Amino acid sequence: MMRRPDTAEVLGAVRRGGWTLGIYLVLLGLVIYTWILNSRYGLDTLAMAALPLAFAAAGQAVVVISGGIDLSVGAMMALTSVTAAVLMKNAGEEVAVVVVALVLLLGIAVGAVNGTLAVITRVPDIVVTLAMSYVWAGTALLVLDRPGGGAAEWVQDVVKGDLLDLVPRATVILALVVGIAWVPLRRSRLGLSLYALGSHPLAAFRSGVPVQRTKVASYAICGFFAAAGGLALTATTGIGTPTTGDYTLKAVAAIVLGGVSLAGGRGGILGPIAAAYVLAIIRADLVFMGVDPNYSTMIQGGIMVLVVMVAGYLELRRRRR
Amino acid sequence: MSTTPGSTMSTRSSLLSAAAWRRRLRDEPVIPLVMLLAALILLLQVVQPGIVKAEWVSTTIKFATPLAILAACQTLVMLTGGIDLSVASMASLAGYVAASQSPSFGDPAGIAMALGAATFVGLINGVGIGLLRVQPLIMTLGMGLVVAGFLTVYQVLVVSSGAAVPEVIGVVFGGTTFGVIPNSLFVFLPLATLILYGLRRFGYGRLLYAVGDNQTAARLAGVRIGAVLLVVYVISGLLAGIAGLALSGVSRAATIALADPYLLPSVAAVVIGGTSIFGGRGGYLGSIVGALILTVLVSLMTVLQAPQEVRQIVYGTIILVVAAAYTRVTSES
Repeated sequence: MMRRPDTAEVLGAVRRGGWTLGIYLVLLGLVIYTWILNSRYGLDTLAMAALPLAFAAAGQAVVVISGGIDLSVGAMMALTSVTAAVLMKNAGEEVAVVVVALVLLLGIAVGAVNGTLAVITRVPDIVVTLAMSYVWAGTALLVLDRPGGGAAEWVQDVVKGDLLDLVPRATVILALVVGIAWVPLRRSRLGLSLYALGSHPLAAFRSGVPVQRTKVASYAICGFFAAAGGLALTATTGIGTPTTGDYTLKAVAAIVLGGVSLAGGRGGILGPIAAAYVLAIIRADLVFMGVDPNYSTMIQGGIMVLVVMVAGYLELRRRRR
Repeated sequence: MSTTPGSTMSTRSSLLSAAAWRRRLRDEPVIPLVMLLAALILLLQVVQPGIVKAEWVSTTIKFATPLAILAACQTLVMLTGGIDLSVASMASLAGYVAASQSPSFGDPAGIAMALGAATFVGLINGVGIGLLRVQPLIMTLGMGLVVAGFLTVYQVLVVSSGAAVPEVIGVVFGGTTFGVIPNSLFVFLPLATLILYGLRRFGYGRLLYAVGDNQTAARLAGVRIGAVLLVVYVISGLLAGIAGLALSGVSRAATIALADPYLLPSVAAVVIGGTSIFGGRGGYLGSIVGALILTVLVSLMTVLQAPQEVRQIVYGTIILVVAAAYTRVTSES
C-alpha cells in the first residue's frame, strides 16, 4: 500500500537524518575550502589518510548503535595490521588475496571473542573491552614487536590515487566494503535486531530478538571493520604497526560528531564515516593555513567539545520550552 | 563455621551461609581484594625469596600513590554514573606546568598554577556535564584531547625556560623518612581519609551515591543534580592535578605525556575495587586496594622478567577475571 507521507513524517525524517546531512554539508564545505586553499592537493591523499579512522568509526558505530562500546578497536586494528604485514612480507601477490581474507576473518573472530566474553561474564561492555584492549595489544606485540613486515604491491596500489581521475580509490574501497558488508546487513533481520537491542534491550528480548547472539554479532561486525581498518593501515603505510591505540578514542570522537547516540539505538554508520573525513581534512587544512601542526589535536578536540556543548545547550532549551 | 547434624539442616545452613557470604562480599568487597593482594605478594615472595621487605613495601607504596589518587578521581565520578577520561591529561598538565613555571615564579606559585590549571579543566568538564548535560565519556574525552594538544603547543613555547621538577615535589612524593616510610604517605593518608570519611559522612558524599543510584529519585527529592555533577568534576580535576605532581615527583621528571599510561589503569583500579561503572555502588577503599594490586602485579611481572607483550595480556586478563568474579558474586539472581 503506497500512501503519501504527511508533513509531520517528512519533518521527522529530516530531523532524524538532519545531523548526518549536516556533517556531509560540513564535509563538502571543507573539501571546497581545501580546494581553494590549495587546488593541487589531491583528494586521494586525504582519502588515504582518513581510511583507517573511517573503518574504525564504522565499527565503533555498529557496537554503540547496539548499546555497547568497544574500547579495543585500536588494539584490534594493531593486531590485524601486523598480522597482515607479517603474512604478506616476502609472499607472492596472489597469496596476499588469501591473507586479506584471513585477516578479515581474524577480525571477526577477535570481535566475537569480545562479544562472547561480555555476554558470558555479564561485566559491563566498557570494562570487558578495556581489559581486552590490553590482551589484543599484547598479542599484536607478540606478532611483531616493532613496525615492520610488508604489504603486497596491489594492496598498496588499491588505495592509492584516483579511479578514472575522479574519485579517490580509498573512498571507492570504503564505499565497496560498506556497500557489501553493511548495507545488506542493515536491511536484514540482524540489522533490525541490532537497533532494537540498542534502543531497549528488554523490549527487544520480549519481541523475540536473540539478545545474546545479537550482541556477539555486533562485536563481530566491529571486529570486521577494525580488521578492514588494520588492513588500511598496512596498505597506506606499507608496513604493520603494533601500536595504534590512538584510534580507539578518535573513533569514539568520530561517532559522536557523526550523530550516533551513546545511549544506543540511534544513528547510522554514514555519519561517523563523514566525521572521520572531517577530522582528517581539518588536520590537512590547518597545515595549508600555515598553522603549527601541533595545534591540530587541540583544535580537533576543541571542535568536538564545542559541538557537544552546543548540542547539549540546544537540547536543554528545547526541553524547557 | 559450626556444622549442624542432619543433611537437610546442613544444606539449609550452607545455603544460608552462601547467601550471607554473598551479601557480605557485596557490602565489603575489600575482604577478598585484600586476600588477592596478599596472594600476589606471597607469590612474589615465592618467585624471588627475600624480595618482600621494608624497602620493597616502601617502593611499592611510592609507585602506587599516583595511581591511587587518579583512582580517587575515577571513583568519585563513577559513583555518579560518570567517567573521567581526561584525568591523565590533567595530571600531565599539572606535572608539566609545575616543572616549567617553578623555575621562574618559585615553587609555591608554580604548584599553585599547576593545580589551578588542572582544576580549571575540571571546571570546564563540570560545566559541560553538569549544566549542559553532555555525556561524561564524550566531554572528558574531548577535553583530554584539548589538553593533550595544548601541552604539545605549550611545550614549544616554554622550551627555552626548560622544565625541572620542583625540589619540594621530588622530596614529598619521591623521598622517604627514616629510609623506609615514603613521604607520599603524609599527603596520601590525610587525603584518603578525607575522601573515605567524606563519602560516608558528608552530605555531599551521600549525594554522589544518590545521584548515581537513581537520578530521577534524587531530582525529585530536591537534589540539584547539575551542581553535584559540576562539583565532582572540579574535584576530579584538582585530584588529577595532585596525582600529576605526585607522578612527576616519583619519576623526578616531567614530560607532556607523563600520565598517559595511567589512564586505563585508573579505570581498572576502580573496577577491580568493586565500584560499579553504572554508579551508586562502591567506595574508595576498594580502589586503593585495586591500585595496590595493579602495582604489585607489575612488580611481579618485572621480577618474572616477563616481556612487555606478556605483561599486557596478563594485565588485561586479571582485570577481566576479577570484574567477572565480582559480577558473578554480587548479581542478585
